[in-house]
Amino acid sequence: MMGGLVILWTDALVFLLLSVSIAFGIYAAGKEHLRGPWRLVVRSRMGVSTLVILSFYVTVGLLDSIHFEPAYSTDQPADGQVQSTEVVSLFDRLVQPLRDRQEKTYSAPLATHLYAKENMEQPDGTVIRDYPRLQYGGAHLADPERDWAADITRLSLIGLVKGLVVSFVSANILFALLGGRRRGGYAEAAREVLRGKSEIPWRTVLVTLTLLLMVLFWAIELSSRYHLLGTDKVGEDVFYQALKSIRTGLLIGTLTTLVMLPAAILLGIMAGYFRGWIDDLIQYTYTTLNSIPGVLLIAAAILMLQIYMSNHADEFNSLVERADLRLLFLCIILGVTSWTGLCRLLRGEAMKLREVDYVQAAVAFGVGHFQIILRHILPNVLHIVMITVVLDFSGLVLAEAVLSYVNIGVDPTMNSWGNMINSARLEMAREPVVWWSLLAAMIFMFTLVLSANLFSDVVRDAFDPRLRSSR
Amino acid sequence: MIAYIIRRILYAIPILIGVNILTFVLFFVVNSPDDMARMNLGMKRVTPEAIETWKAERGYDKPLLFNSASQGVGQLTDTIFFQKSLKLFQFDFGTSDSDRDIGYDISQRMWPSLAIAVPVLIIGLLVNITYALLIAFFRATYIDIWSVVICVVMMSISSLFYIIGGQYLVSKLLHLVPISGYDTGFAAVKFLILPVLIGVVGGIGSGTRWYRTLFLEEINRDYVRTARAKGLSEGIVLFRHVLKNAMIPILTGVVVVLPLLFMGSLITESFFGIPGLGSYTIDAINRQDFAIVRAMVFLGSVLYIIGLLLTDISYTLVDPRVRLS
Repeated sequence: MMGGLVILWTDALVFLLLSVSIAFGIYAAGKEHLRGPWRLVVRSRMGVSTLVILSFYVTVGLLDSIHFEPAYSTDQPADGQVQSTEVVSLFDRLVQPLRDRQEKTYSAPLATHLYAKENMEQPDGTVIRDYPRLQYGGAHLADPERDWAADITRLSLIGLVKGLVVSFVSANILFALLGGRRRGGYAEAAREVLRGKSEIPWRTVLVTLTLLLMVLFWAIELSSRYHLLGTDKVGEDVFYQALKSIRTGLLIGTLTTLVMLPAAILLGIMAGYFRGWIDDLIQYTYTTLNSIPGVLLIAAAILMLQIYMSNHADEFNSLVERADLRLLFLCIILGVTSWTGLCRLLRGEAMKLREVDYVQAAVAFGVGHFQIILRHILPNVLHIVMITVVLDFSGLVLAEAVLSYVNIGVDPTMNSWGNMINSARLEMAREPVVWWSLLAAMIFMFTLVLSANLFSDVVRDAFDPRLRSSR
Repeated sequence: MIAYIIRRILYAIPILIGVNILTFVLFFVVNSPDDMARMNLGMKRVTPEAIETWKAERGYDKPLLFNSASQGVGQLTDTIFFQKSLKLFQFDFGTSDSDRDIGYDISQRMWPSLAIAVPVLIIGLLVNITYALLIAFFRATYIDIWSVVICVVMMSISSLFYIIGGQYLVSKLLHLVPISGYDTGFAAVKFLILPVLIGVVGGIGSGTRWYRTLFLEEINRDYVRTARAKGLSEGIVLFRHVLKNAMIPILTGVVVVLPLLFMGSLITESFFGIPGLGSYTIDAINRQDFAIVRAMVFLGSVLYIIGLLLTDISYTLVDPRVRLS
């Protein structure tokens, strides 16, 4: 089953990011000025319903970040000659059938036949030209023409009912948990939630969760027998591709900020706190970087990387590693082009903070610069950092698609929404049109970006002191 | 005033030098000209002679920074840094790797880019400001809330989808305008309608939201309250007072993008087959023509700095307080 664990560069960073966020969560829980705004976030209905959707994406992304080399059966030659360089993730394992069931070429969503006519030899020796049956999609149907609609309806109903059942069960667990902590118990808690009277809008959570689960189980049920979103040119399942792209999108959105944060925070605070030549130098650095149009800087850097990679091809063990390194590099270079905004904001804020009375008092007491920055400045700019990170996320996801389309984004072999759209461009010119790849990429991307946008609005409203006072 | 402008121009010089050094390092130090030659000639089985010829034809056979083989000033001028990087300051972009004069190409291709970018900017501004003023007029009603929701939804759609969707709907299904292409003179108009339309529509979401916050911030000011107290109607308050005072941030936002309009949009131009600077850059990236990419990076930063300069100047013209400092 599971072979050796493979930790790609981005995987390591993902788990670093995860532990940093958990650590920050624990830290923030003890600080009222950070905890308060988050309380506002989870009390807003928009905040919690987008959180449910985002956590679905994050779960898929995390599952897809645990990679290992599958060990094969023992009848392989034991001399170690046959070495698989294939790397699969835990997520691949979970959706194994989607990965394995490859058709010959294009097929429409939920189709039972290929999208193009082929010459087929009949049992009696004659050759006719018709749409051949798919190898996997709807293969269980005896007569697709007659059974197809009924089968789809049946599977849909089963899926929707399963989703409802699961959400019903989880709602009851929630009521029990909520009820356990107070006197009224289960019934009281259930009544409060269902009437929408609870402090955290649990009812909204449950509604979103129910919808999500119903869609999820519907998709699982249908994709077990059909290709839910069709297949692409080489017959790979488009639904699987769209799901795999989630990791790429999330990584671009989060790792980029992780990469740029230390530099932006350190330099921004230093510029604002120390002033003088340090300020001049840092300002000069970011103005220079800023004055190059971002796309061009990225293009130039990625071109250089491509040359480096093809000249040192032997340094990379597998295609996956190669693609992974390129993704990491893309995050770094995107970070280089996007840290300047945050740096400028932090510089301004640090300038204001250093004139504040308690900082002045600390200076008068002879506290060291390092201590002052760590104790007084940094904690007071954290909300700006958080707002920027959340606001930047959706822009970066969108940027990935555009960059991949221009061929300076992620590796063409990597699953990403940009690459899906890129290949869909040629398919749109085809007659008849192959529209499902494009649509799948768009739906998945749109859902993520929209929920991220709505969520970031809630976070900004909660954290921005200016907005809070005017409310 | 003049002293101020001169100071700003002088301030731009070190930045341009910084950009220049950065591109030099990126293009010549990270990967040597040998690597580029090998890349261009095909990776495997390239003879050293072929690499030398390739480099000599394009002037990449000189040392990077210091030429010990030359005499006097030649030791510094007869180098790649001087010939390829410093020449950019005279807007001498040299020839591309496929032997075309980059400066000439740029002068030819900036017009189609402008033909799209300028209408998009002007129509977009008009649409966004009108819409945002309308929302500000109906603030805190259902119209306001739903408009903001629509804006967020529009912001969340990838620009690629606007282009592909628009092309499919307008050109392929309705046959209103050609899918892509370009023509000289007025015949180009029919090719320009769709990209301009898509550019405007794609920008409505973020644009309107931005102007809405601007106007709402302005509406809470004291002078607006005074104007209302005088008994002016809400329409007059919005259009005469709020719009006028919000002009400063709007103007600065516009001025900064004015020079960058030359650069065109990479995506739009390559999708619609418009021979502007955007598609020029994309083609160069795909062909790995470093001379062009280098030239565009430098041109882009020059234009950006000009934009910043214009912003500062326009500030001093519009806002008298700035001149005092």
